[in-house]
Amino acid sequence: MTPLLQVRDLHASYGSTRVLHGLDFALEEKGVTTLLGGNGAGKTTTLRALCGMIERRGEITFAGRSIARASTEDIVRMGVAHVPDGRGTFVRLTVEENLELGAITRRDRRAIAADLERVYGYFPILQKRRSQQAGTLSGGEQQMLAIGRALMLRPRLMLLDEPSFGLAPRVVQELFAILSTLNKDEGVSLLLVEQNATVALDLADHAYLVETGRIVFSGAARDIRQNEKIRRSYLGY
Amino acid sequence: MPRLNNPRVTLAIIAVALVLPLVIQNFLTFQLTLVLVYAIAIIGLNLLTGFNGQFSLGHSAFYAIGAYVAAMLMDKADFPYAMTLPVAGIACFVFGFLFGLPALRLEGVYLALATFALAVATPQILKLSPLEHWTGGVQGIVVNKPEAPFGLPLTEDQWLYYFTLLITIVMTVLAHNLVASRTGRAMMAIRDNPIAARSMGINIALYKSLTFGVSALYTGVAGALGAIVVQFVAPDSFTFFLSISLLVGLVVGGVGWIPGAFFGGAFVLFVPNLAESFSKGLSGAVYGVMIIVLIYVLPTGAAGLTRAASRWWRAKA
Amino acid sequence: MELLLQQILAGIATGTIYACIALAIVMTYQTIGHLNFAQGEMAMFSTFLAWQLIQWGLPYWTAFALTVALSFAGGVLIERIVLRPIHNAPVLSHVAVFIGLLAILNSLAGFIWDFNVKPFPTPFGTAPLIANGFIDAHQAGMIAVTILLLAFLYGFFRFTRVGLAMRASANDPVSARLVGIRVGWMAALGWGMAAAIGAVAGMMIAPIVFLEPNMMLGVLLYGFAGAVLGGLGSPAGAVIGGLIVGVVENLAGTFIPVVGGELKFTIALAIIVAVLVMKPQGLFGRPVLHRV
Ligand SMILES: Nc1ncnc2c1ncn2[C@@H]1O[C@H](COP(=O)(O)OP(=O)(O)OP(=O)(O)O)[C@@H](O)[C@H]1O
Ligand SMILES: [Mg+2]
Repeated sequence: MTPLLQVRDLHASYGSTRVLHGLDFALEEKGVTTLLGGNGAGKTTTLRALCGMIERRGEITFAGRSIARASTEDIVRMGVAHVPDGRGTFVRLTVEENLELGAITRRDRRAIAADLERVYGYFPILQKRRSQQAGTLSGGEQQMLAIGRALMLRPRLMLLDEPSFGLAPRVVQELFAILSTLNKDEGVSLLLVEQNATVALDLADHAYLVETGRIVFSGAARDIRQNEKIRRSYLGY
Repeated sequence: MPRLNNPRVTLAIIAVALVLPLVIQNFLTFQLTLVLVYAIAIIGLNLLTGFNGQFSLGHSAFYAIGAYVAAMLMDKADFPYAMTLPVAGIACFVFGFLFGLPALRLEGVYLALATFALAVATPQILKLSPLEHWTGGVQGIVVNKPEAPFGLPLTEDQWLYYFTLLITIVMTVLAHNLVASRTGRAMMAIRDNPIAARSMGINIALYKSLTFGVSALYTGVAGALGAIVVQFVAPDSFTFFLSISLLVGLVVGGVGWIPGAFFGGAFVLFVPNLAESFSKGLSGAVYGVMIIVLIYVLPTGAAGLTRAASRWWRAKA
Repeated sequence: MELLLQQILAGIATGTIYACIALAIVMTYQTIGHLNFAQGEMAMFSTFLAWQLIQWGLPYWTAFALTVALSFAGGVLIERIVLRPIHNAPVLSHVAVFIGLLAILNSLAGFIWDFNVKPFPTPFGTAPLIANGFIDAHQAGMIAVTILLLAFLYGFFRFTRVGLAMRASANDPVSARLVGIRVGWMAALGWGMAAAIGAVAGMMIAPIVFLEPNMMLGVLLYGFAGAVLGGLGSPAGAVIGGLIVGVVENLAGTFIPVVGGELKFTIALAIIVAVLVMKPQGLFGRPVLHRV
């Protein structure tokens, strides 16, 4: 079976600064893959390159179609939801409008309404704040909002850029439980960028280590978890 | 940015400029004089926009003030024409500095807006009935054309051309030196990175208003010269469209490149005529299309073109 | 006292036009981050279209609706053809392009319809609204049309998905792309709507200022003043700003001795400069955010 997402020789740059130097990786349908690496390794840049937010070069296939030249909008419409670095809240709109925007490309009104309730079920605090300006939410609440908004797309693949950032440990636990449910019950594939390697490796089945724009190691998440040398030298715990 | 720092090129250009009026017709000489006048005004705008990063759609106002100061001094106070230039320059410096003070706090679009309003309001202020005694109201003021001094065998147009050329050379050299000086570097630092400039101890407020003042001074001197050359000032010569022309001249010549002003001045004077020769009724439309096309194909103006040409020249040599 | 009241009402009536232009300016500003100096000429051109349609024998309201539709399409086309290719260019290039547009529209209108002043019909008549009422029927009609227009726009932005998508694009274009919104098309739509709003304003003011290619320069200036007064980020503020500017203009014209009537543009200049100096974010806007 071909993987859901296949990336070959991915290069990306910001203007004249080259950041990615030929990444190769793949993600199985219904799989959970994590990209790990230190600050400035290029994880965020990889996610941005995947969904066409920056200039990129290389082969990217999603669900059998090349998306290396597709626009961000089209990639999203194919079912790729991105929870971006910095959350990307629409600060001047209400919480509920932010969530509705997650489903703006969908037409099935009834299902959208049901999904809204589902997101409120996952994150009750968002329901309490539904008509509040989203810019006034706390950092952690905005992180929940970003994930809720991504769910509203009913994505096939979610790109998550440090979803645990700024959340209390207990909330992180809950969040990863939710992500696990999504993956197991609804078959959503996840590409997870995390600083928190422990939780990421617990959820993931496959992991890549990124260093200065290159993949330096890849393998089953279980193996990395148990490989003391890699943990020491790359993950620092 | 390319510089015409090759002395041979500069000297050759000056030599041509000196000989030209002796071999061409008076009307063309008159037109070339106006090109120089516009070039001075565009240099003023360039100091503000190109080197300090502030926008102005209001330079027609400074041009008008310069022109009216000169005309009123000659008409009411019998000032010799050459003496009106420093007065016009100082008046515009003061006005520009004062307008620049509040404008300081304004970023890009807001400054464009405030200066746009200034440009639109200027002709109306000049027409105000209580000022009519000095400004001549809608009729404006007619001034006499100066003759060549010391019995020089030159026509009035030729003499005015040489007079303007001298002023132009002086003002261009001064602008060059200003830009190359410490002050110039501070101006550019403010344009490129205001926060870093502030942390380097540059007094941004002072420099910005001073630049506004100097820019207005240049344009005011150009206005005064323009009044002398055209022998006439009237409110409707200084509408918003004059500001537009100067801005277009700046963009055409190349933002941040001083010699570009001469290309810009020539464009502003000759291209509307050219457009008119395409189609009388549609000259404005042709002009507009030319501006837009220029922005697409040559966003860096004559500066970019010259740079490319000199690179090509050097590669060949 | 009666004169004062009358002048205030008349000021509100013209203020509605400034409010519409201010609104159009704010809409384009929100979608592309630049002030459209050609907004007035676009409105003027639309008004000429309406005049032509009426000349050809179309009933007023048919011509009105057709003009709004054509202006909308024209605005979309201008954004797609002229502005899209330079959407990353610096401010100065934008200003130059707007000026080019302004020159084209102005000259084209003069070429097609000449520069002679033309009367423009009003569908409301010019009789006093009620016996010795303060405003005439056309002024009342202007106010009514503007209120309808604003109600429509409010509903559109508040309750429709496209409206929501447009607001999202203006708020945060990057995130808007990430939820699948075609931000480029939202900008085109914003341009179309701004052009349509301008067309309504032009058709409403034309019976008062008469139709000619330069009729909108003053109106545009007042529109800018209104937009700045309300804060460029706030559509509602732009409307209120436009109304205030209309009233101020009218009162100044009536009550400033000698030169009151000659100061039209100067007052707008004074308002703009005063607001920018004392309250740069406008009366209702958020603080101006500096991008570093
Ligand atoms: N907008 C930008 N412009 C220029 N360079 C950038 C930009 N964003 C990131 N970079 C550079 O690209 C490199 C990779 O950054 P990236 O954000 O992808 O790292 P990261 O792996 O996500 O790090 P972190 O874990 O700290 O989020 C860094 O050296 C960074 O300085
Ligand atoms: Mg990152």
